[in-house]
Amino acid sequence: MALLQISEPGQSTAPHEHRLAAGIDLGTTNSLIASVRSGIAETLPDDSGRHLLPSVVRYGKDKNPVVGHAALAVQTTEPLNTISSVKRLMGRGKEDVLTLHDTMPYRFVDTEGGMPSIQTDSGVYSPVEISAEILRTLRNRAEESLGGDLTGVVITVPAYFDEAQRQATKDAASLAGLKVLRLLNEPTAAAVAYGLDQKPEGVFAIYDLGGGTFDISILHLKKGVFEVLATAGDSALGGDDFDHAIADWLIEQSGIDASGNHSILRQALLVARKAKEQLSNETTVTVELSDGKNQHWQGALDRDTLTSLIDPIVVRTLPACRRCLRDAGLKVDHIDGVVLVGGSTRSPQVRDKVTGFFGKPALLHIDPERVVAIGAALQADILVGNKPEEDMLLLDVTPLSLGIEVMGGMVEKIIPRNSPIPIAKAQEFTTYQDGQTAMVIHVLQGEREMVQDCRSLARFNLRGIPPMVAGAARIRVTYQVDADGLLSVSAREETRNVESFIEVKPSYGLTDAEVEAMLRSSFEHAEDDMQERKLREKQVEAESLLQAVAVALKADGERFLNDEERSAIDKCMNKLAQSKTGRDAVLIDQNAKALNRATYEFASRRMDNNVQQALKGHSVNEFEETSGK
Amino acid sequence: MAITLTQAAARRIRDFLEKRGKGEGLRVGVKTSGCSGMAYVLEYVDEINKDDQVYESHGVKVIVDPKSLAYIDGTELDYTKEGLNEGFAFSNPNVTSECGCGESFNI
Repeated sequence: MALLQISEPGQSTAPHEHRLAAGIDLGTTNSLIASVRSGIAETLPDDSGRHLLPSVVRYGKDKNPVVGHAALAVQTTEPLNTISSVKRLMGRGKEDVLTLHDTMPYRFVDTEGGMPSIQTDSGVYSPVEISAEILRTLRNRAEESLGGDLTGVVITVPAYFDEAQRQATKDAASLAGLKVLRLLNEPTAAAVAYGLDQKPEGVFAIYDLGGGTFDISILHLKKGVFEVLATAGDSALGGDDFDHAIADWLIEQSGIDASGNHSILRQALLVARKAKEQLSNETTVTVELSDGKNQHWQGALDRDTLTSLIDPIVVRTLPACRRCLRDAGLKVDHIDGVVLVGGSTRSPQVRDKVTGFFGKPALLHIDPERVVAIGAALQADILVGNKPEEDMLLLDVTPLSLGIEVMGGMVEKIIPRNSPIPIAKAQEFTTYQDGQTAMVIHVLQGEREMVQDCRSLARFNLRGIPPMVAGAARIRVTYQVDADGLLSVSAREETRNVESFIEVKPSYGLTDAEVEAMLRSSFEHAEDDMQERKLREKQVEAESLLQAVAVALKADGERFLNDEERSAIDKCMNKLAQSKTGRDAVLIDQNAKALNRATYEFASRRMDNNVQQALKGHSVNEFEETSGK
Repeated sequence: MAITLTQAAARRIRDFLEKRGKGEGLRVGVKTSGCSGMAYVLEYVDEINKDDQVYESHGVKVIVDPKSLAYIDGTELDYTKEGLNEGFAFSNPNVTSECGCGESFNI
C-alpha cells in the first residue's frame, strides 16, 4: 500500500512519477538528511527518532563498518578503528593532513591518489570511502522513510571548499549509489531554508558555529544568484570548546584529581554538555561529579557562571566576523539579515553576542542544526522536477577565477571569479613558433597574474596542430563549469578540427586558510602583479621578435644585407637580448623598437622579393581571370 | 455519504497547513491515469471552486469535486506509518482492484 503525500494545488503527479529527492548536510561532527513531504521540508529521523547521525565510522575486525551513534560509543575503546571528522581530510593532500595529525590520531597510509588513507583493523580506507559509508547510512534511512529509491540528492559543502574537496564529496556520493543533483554551499542552503532566495536582493551574514568549527559567510543575493562575498572562520573553534571550559570548571570546583584520568574527564564532559543544554531554559542546575570511589562532589552551576565560562570563547568568533565584513568591503549596516546555523548557536550567550555585533536580531526559528539540510532538501525537490519551472533555480558562483597559462608564465583568466554557474566560456589562442604542432594547456585557479602564484589544476596536450607559421593556427579553448562547480576544459584546432579534452579532477586540495590567503594576496599584490605582467609581456614580445629576426637573417641575411647593416642589426639584437633578462620593461620596449627600426629596410627588401617571386612566371591576365571567377 | 478523516490524518493536515502558512483545506480527488486506471489526488486548496463539495472532519475541510466524488464517496483517509515511511492511506469502499503499490485503482 503506497502512502501518499499532499501536493501543491494543480501539481499532483501521475502515480509512480513523483520523484524522491533529499538534501544531505554531510557535516564534520554530525550529518543529516531531509526531504520535502507534503510540501514541507523536514529532516528524517532514524528508527529511534534521532535526526542527527554522528559522522563517525568504525571499521572493526569483523569487516562490517558501523556508522553513527554505535560507532561513537566505541570511539574511546577503539580509537584507531573509529574515524571521526573525516570531512577535514576530504580532498586534502599529504602535507595538509600532516598538519592535522595532532587532532586526528589515526594510522595514515600514503596512496597513489594523493589523499592519504587510514589503516584500520579491517583494511585501508580513503576519506572518500569513509564519507561514502556515512552517505550510505543516510540513503538507507531516506529510502525507508520515503518508501522508494532516491532519484537524486543535493549535498552541502562549506563555501570555501575547492574543486578537489568538492570532487571528493561527489565521488563519495557516487560510491554510496547516490546521484548528486548538485553541491550547494552550506551558507547558501541556510539562506534558502529561510526563503531568502525569494527576495529580490539583499546581503546576508550566515553565522555557523558547530561542534568543532566556526564559519562566517557573507552572501549577496542579486537576481536569483547567491554570491559568496567573503568567508572567514576558525576550523578549531566550536561548541566542544564550551564543554571543555565547563568541564575544567567542574573538575576545579570538585577538587577531584583528574589529571590523566580519562574516565573522570569524559564524565565531566557529559555533565558539562547536559548542564549547558539545560541552562538554555533554566537559570541554575545541579551538577555532580564522582571519581567512582570515595570522592563525590555536588554543586550548582548558574547561568551567570556559564556566561563567564563560555564568553571568552564566543568572543573569539567576532574578529572573524569583522574580517569577513572587511573582506566583503561592507559595514555592519549593510547586512540585511543574519542567519544562525549550528547546534552551538542555541546558546543564549551566542545569540546575544551575534545580535549585539550585527545590531539586529538573527533568524533562528528553524532548528539551527537542521537548517542546512532543510535548505538542501528544498533545492533537491526543485532540481528533481517536483516543482514547476517558474520556481527560480538557485545559482551559485565560481569561488576563484579559472585561467590558462600563456607565454611568459602569465595567466589569462577565462572564467572570472564570482561568475554564476553553470557557465561555458571560450577564447581563441594561437601558436607561438613556426611549425608548432602541439600546445600545452595548463589550467589554473586563482586571482594572481603569474602562474607560480596560482594553483595548478590540470595540464594536458593538444597534439596534431598542422604546421603553420606562428600565429596562424586558431586554437579554441573552452572552459565549462557545471552546476556542481566542476570544471572541464577542451581545446580544438579549428582549421584541422583536432581536439583534446580534460575533466579537472585535482589530486590534492587547498586548506581553507590557503584559499582565503589566495584571495587576499591577489588584492595585496594587485600593483606588483600588474607590473610583473607588463614586464613579462614585454619579455615575450622581445623573445618573439628576436626569433623572427633570427629566422629571417638565416634565410635572407646574406642576400639583402651588407656588413654594415648586418652589424647594426646584430648590435640591436644583442642589446635587446641583454635587456630581456633584466626587469626594466621600459628599456626592453625601447630596445625592441630600436630593433624594429633597424630591420625595417631589411624586411621591406624581403617583402618585395617575395612578391616578385610569387609573380614570376605568371601573366597579369592569369590573375584577372582568377579573381574574376 | 461523505469523505472522512481519521484523527491522525486530521492532526497531520492541520499541522501541514499551519507550516505551509496558507490554505483552506485538503482536496481529495481522482484522475484517470496510472497502472490500474484511476489515481488519487491529494492537494492543498487555496481556492474552493463553485461546484466543489466541502466536508468537515475533525475540524479540517475536505474538498472534493463532484466528478471525483462518484469514485471515492465513503472513503476514509488515514495517516499511518510503515516502518520509517509515513503518509496518507485511502480506504475506499468503491475499489474493486488496486495496483500492487496502491497508488492507482479500478472501480
